[in-house]
Amino acid sequence: MLKCRTVWKKLAPLARSSSTLCRQNVKRTGLNNGRIPTCVPAANMSTGPGGLGGDNLKYTIMVGAACVGSLTYAYFLLKGDQKRYQERIEEITTRSQRSSKEEAATVQSEPPAVEATQTEAVPESVPEAAPSPEEPSPPAAPAEEPAAPAEAAAPSETTAPPPAADSTPASLKVPSHSPYLLIGGGTASFAAARSIRARDPGARVLIVTDEPDLPYMRPPLSKELWFSDDPSVTETLRFKQWNGKERSIYFQPPSFYINSEELASAENGGVAVLTGKKVVHMDVRGNKVKLDDDTEISYDKCLIATGGVPRNLQVIERAGEEVMKKTTLFRKIEDFKSLDNVSRNAKSITIIGGGFLGSELACALGRRSTESGLEVIQMFPEKGNMGKVLPEYLSNWTTEKVKREGVKVIAEALVKSVTCKDDKLEIHLKDGRLVKTDHIVAAVGLEPNVDLAKSAGLEVDSDFGGYRVNAELQARSNIWVAGDAACFYDIRLGRRRVEHHDHAVVSGRLAGENMTGASKPYWHQSMFWSDLGPDVGYEAIGIVDSSLPTVGVFAKATAKDTPKAATEKSGTGIRSESETEDTATSPVASVTPLPPVAHKDDYGKGVIFYLRDKVVVGIILWNVFNRMPIARKIIKDGEEHADLNEVAKLFNIHED
Amino acid sequence: MSYCRQEGKDRIIFVTKEDHDTPSNAELIADDPNDPYEEQGLILPNGDINWNCPCLGGMASGPCGSQFKEAFSCFHYSKEEVKGSECIDNFRNMQECMQRYPELYPQEEDKESSSQGESSSGSDSAAPSDNSALISESDSTPAAASSDSTSPTDSQIAS
Repeated sequence: MLKCRTVWKKLAPLARSSSTLCRQNVKRTGLNNGRIPTCVPAANMSTGPGGLGGDNLKYTIMVGAACVGSLTYAYFLLKGDQKRYQERIEEITTRSQRSSKEEAATVQSEPPAVEATQTEAVPESVPEAAPSPEEPSPPAAPAEEPAAPAEAAAPSETTAPPPAADSTPASLKVPSHSPYLLIGGGTASFAAARSIRARDPGARVLIVTDEPDLPYMRPPLSKELWFSDDPSVTETLRFKQWNGKERSIYFQPPSFYINSEELASAENGGVAVLTGKKVVHMDVRGNKVKLDDDTEISYDKCLIATGGVPRNLQVIERAGEEVMKKTTLFRKIEDFKSLDNVSRNAKSITIIGGGFLGSELACALGRRSTESGLEVIQMFPEKGNMGKVLPEYLSNWTTEKVKREGVKVIAEALVKSVTCKDDKLEIHLKDGRLVKTDHIVAAVGLEPNVDLAKSAGLEVDSDFGGYRVNAELQARSNIWVAGDAACFYDIRLGRRRVEHHDHAVVSGRLAGENMTGASKPYWHQSMFWSDLGPDVGYEAIGIVDSSLPTVGVFAKATAKDTPKAATEKSGTGIRSESETEDTATSPVASVTPLPPVAHKDDYGKGVIFYLRDKVVVGIILWNVFNRMPIARKIIKDGEEHADLNEVAKLFNIHED
Repeated sequence: MSYCRQEGKDRIIFVTKEDHDTPSNAELIADDPNDPYEEQGLILPNGDINWNCPCLGGMASGPCGSQFKEAFSCFHYSKEEVKGSECIDNFRNMQECMQRYPELYPQEEDKESSSQGESSSGSDSAAPSDNSALISESDSTPAAASSDSTSPTDSQIAS
């Protein structure tokens, strides 16, 4: 029935036009038939109406052929569609049968309770690669499909290795009530937990996460961890910084947290983490949530910090199991472990995506390639690395830098299809180029996780994605959202959604403050940074979109102006630390000053201002460090500055 | 000499050190120290301690958070001649608690003495301890913590 309608709809305009054409031709034929004998001489002289007499037949034939052709095409198209649809449904059902503890029925039907999580199951929607905490085996890691939410029950059975240090503090018993409930166990959630504990003495905070790990920071997964010399880094997840200081990516060791069983009774409260549990339903009226194992937890205040799920390319998803097995969607610890393993065994890895994650991974793998002979390819549709962030001249400069890290960069590349042949992947680009590789890393963006929107009745933003919240990060009376999943109102810069680490920290903190009664809006602007190898790095703040007009003020860089030098001077490892330690630590004995070396590149160091209606809305500090407070101030003021060179003076770019 | 070039909508200016020698005439708005929206330092305008200050790392939020708060509050409000002399018990409690979590609070002798310092050295308490827990926490809030150093810098710029 549906098919008929779609067929008719598709054919209707065609039918209409062809029928009018037919009718017109018939009319003309009818009219002309009587006139042909008298009009023949006129027809010979011109191609006027009379001349249509003989051409009339041709027109009818052409129109007829067109009709037949389009009908045939439409028929085959629909047949193909139906066949693809059938195949897809079969695939889904077989996959769901294959995985353990599966309720295949839930995938096909859509019961209201589970509907929230089935947004991925709807065939029309963009198929997402759902997180896979329950599949530690590297090749299987990226092989996700819409039935994943139901698999969340699996992690408790499958062998998710506990955090390296101690026994996992997550107990299997779920508390029935928690005054503060934080959904999601990432950076924003942890920052909120700390904020709540600081402000509400003795607070009891419960973090529920579907990952098997305690809260950890993501930036090192694509940067520092790759530069570690320790062969067991995938187990310890610790990395040595430039100055020798080592730390773990986990925010806190397991001893920081208390068991969820003890949460209610602990004298001074604490933070408990429930790992491997997914919240599948939220009852806002009843102030409670339901987990995937059907237990319920009621709350007084709730934070949704569910982050997101890496996007995948449709061509890869359609390419089948073989290709999916050789594809990594990079986001979590297990993705790091799996990619590390792949990088040691494969001969060639291709990264699709030219943004932060793609470029950082490309540089990290590129560095490895110098030792192992691994071929690292990076391809993206833009003209240069960070094409959507940096102005064109800087993007080109950066691409050259990335190439020098040992990466084969293929710009302006649109993937048409991917096939698996002789155990190798073949990527066909739209312009005809063919790239052969062993493994693909897709870094093409993040899909914010709004699974609970439906059951909770929360608004989802159509422009930026994510839960729509106000300037105080509040969605409803007792519900806040922070981190990647929050589309919030920034008083200075307007409504936006930010996917950076520091934003997760800042928004998590703010949400925690507001959950304990602060009622503060998002005001302290978060920043972000990126390092492309040890020689080039930048920090940025605000809206940094390459489509905005920019003004860049540059000086020549010396050898002292690299991220490496910045960290050595301030005695910290990660540059983000150096802002914190500014007031606290005395600098480590400084490195012997190097003679200023003039770099061949023009854009050694400087400041780039991004303007919107003549107001600075974003700033990049290019190889210039420890000046973020000034940049933050300029954005906060939101003033129109006549001469940005004068503003640039505030940064003292020529000094260290 | 500086020179300027335009590439489409993007303007590029190259400046030498001499170009930037003269003080900037860019005007910045003076900061209101009592702005309720702003991130606060360790001591709030009303004299209370800001337990959520990133400079404290996670000291106020960890397992020994309440002991730490008691000890530090006692010290902060102490009016004795030797500041904090009546707070010995509180600090001992705190130390005992911290000894139970050696992973979070690696035992260093100068930690208690430094945490008895005033607000400026309040931020020091995060520093000499140099343990992974504190650094990990202060690390996770780089920007927020920088507000600590922001306030003095900003007021300098504003004036």
